[in-house]
Amino acid sequence: MPTVLDRLNHALHHAMETDERVTMLGEDILDPYGGAFKVTRGLSTKFPERVLTTPISEAAIVGVANGMALRGLRPVAEIMFGDFVTLIADQLVNHASKFRWMYNDQVRVPVVVRAPMGGRRGYGPTHSQSLEKLFLGVPGLKVVAPNALGDPAELLIAAIADDDPVLFVEHKLLYTRPLLEPGKGDLIDFQVEQTGGAYPAFTLRPVDSARLTIACYGYNFELARAAALDLLMEHEIFVEIVLFSQLSPFDLEPLFSSLARTRKLLTVEEGTLSLGWGAEVTARAAERMDGLRVRRVAALDLPIANAKSLEDAILPSVQDIVNAALSLVS
Amino acid sequence: MRYNVPVMDDNFALYKTMLLIRRFEERLLSEFSTGKLVGTTHAYIGQEADAAGIFSVTEPEDVVFSNHRCHGHFLAYGGEPYRLAAELMGRVTGLVGGRGGSQHIHWRNFYSNGILGGITPVATGMALAEKVRATGKIALVFIGDGTLGEGALYESLNIAALWKLPILFVLEDNRYAQTTPVEKGVAGSMSGRFAAFGIPVWERDTTDVLDIRFAADESVRSVRSGAGPASLILHTYRFSAHSKGDDPRSPEELARIRQFDPLTVHGARLTADECTKAESEVDAVINDAFVRADADPFPLLSVERQMSHVGRSTLDV
Repeated sequence: MPTVLDRLNHALHHAMETDERVTMLGEDILDPYGGAFKVTRGLSTKFPERVLTTPISEAAIVGVANGMALRGLRPVAEIMFGDFVTLIADQLVNHASKFRWMYNDQVRVPVVVRAPMGGRRGYGPTHSQSLEKLFLGVPGLKVVAPNALGDPAELLIAAIADDDPVLFVEHKLLYTRPLLEPGKGDLIDFQVEQTGGAYPAFTLRPVDSARLTIACYGYNFELARAAALDLLMEHEIFVEIVLFSQLSPFDLEPLFSSLARTRKLLTVEEGTLSLGWGAEVTARAAERMDGLRVRRVAALDLPIANAKSLEDAILPSVQDIVNAALSLVS
Repeated sequence: MRYNVPVMDDNFALYKTMLLIRRFEERLLSEFSTGKLVGTTHAYIGQEADAAGIFSVTEPEDVVFSNHRCHGHFLAYGGEPYRLAAELMGRVTGLVGGRGGSQHIHWRNFYSNGILGGITPVATGMALAEKVRATGKIALVFIGDGTLGEGALYESLNIAALWKLPILFVLEDNRYAQTTPVEKGVAGSMSGRFAAFGIPVWERDTTDVLDIRFAADESVRSVRSGAGPASLILHTYRFSAHSKGDDPRSPEELARIRQFDPLTVHGARLTADECTKAESEVDAVINDAFVRADADPFPLLSVERQMSHVGRSTLDV
């Protein structure tokens, strides 16, 4: 099976081949280097005019992309490490996400900002974070995260075709993962349901009735599946997993459907715990459903350490998910 | 330097543009006391020659990114006073339906945003898009002395120069960033900032619209020739407060700078009859704009419309 990286790279090639308005810009994205994580490899060889390597100027990269989008192009900007989204906050919050609304729907801003996020590679405090939580809930901005179950290529192509700005969050550990096939491997015991739309959500339903629902996105789906397997093998507990591709704005209907069956919610994310994605998902679910029991698993509210022993302790683990699940059903 | 042969029609048109801006802003400020305007505004009074001179030499389809002090740019660009007045009064007929107000307007190829610094890379990207699409249009972005403190500007200058983009950086130095004088806000040389990136500089310390027009014409032609970005630095005077009440300047200073009033400077080239004619024509336009706008309805928030592209909220739950 192709890897997530293969599919993202394919999506960029496909988008540039089929739409001459698509333009790539970012730091060190030219061949032979092809970007820090190789997502853009091959593009500059094939489309030298439309692949622009930039100075180290994240604010300007996204600002330039915004201007291009306002004037009829479809730029895709790469931010080398997701940690640097702090430098583009003004462009996302006060420009890209605002233009359509504040200009009374007279313009569109079809810009995609790709950002590799996440830790577990020993990169330390400023190259390991999952900062997407800072941009969730910004009106006019979509935040989308690929996973290994849905096709990341379809997701990225949809983002490029979107008329509104999309922050596209790629977890670094996903790049080398092969795509999953429903009915195979550790998915064999799950029935997979998929919502429609450009950024689908997936519900994994076990063969027997589940006692809790795990909500997650991106790489944490890998941890959630490992935890689900452990819960089944060691504790005979079936879980449903709801996997989101679109983090903001919310459509939680698939989650509500699952919670109607389990009435217990466990959210898993790699960002820090406080005021995060899980907090909002949990609040929405609790507003919807009286008597809902909830737990959240996330990173500790600490910077991410460089030493593996510390990083492992700070970021959520499979065992953390298992423990939270057990406390939820006890 | 002057235009060699000033045409009388041009002189009248330039004067009338400046007068339109002046009277519009004065009317605007006066309407705050009547309660027809709320929030704040940033008047262009004193700087009118900049906009009038620049937009007399640009093409109608050129792309403009303006800032918080955008009314003068918009009117000189050819924007309709009525639509601007309606926007400022928060009416549904406003340029952006009341959503943007004074600092956030859009009409044709004119855009403004109240975040200086941030607008410079956006305008740079617009210039790139025009270059890629080979439209022949250039981009203009209006910044101030205060913007020189923002890092995004220098990222933009670097990229615009590297990629030879068709953009004119117009720096209107009105000598104060809100209340902070340039002596306390800007180190070193203004022109040196552009020169460091290899961007040619046209610089004037004047409120004479013909001087400004000449420099604007040269700089715009340089950009349009494909030579890459250019800068136009105009040292000017803002007669009114930064917004409404924030003006630390002494009455003596305010009186002193009035000697540079661009209407007086350029008005000397017109006959008394021409000045009177301009005054009455402008008065009619502005009165019509504000009276009509005042009769227009206020916009209502349509939740359905609001959610159409931003998704669900707890309102749906």
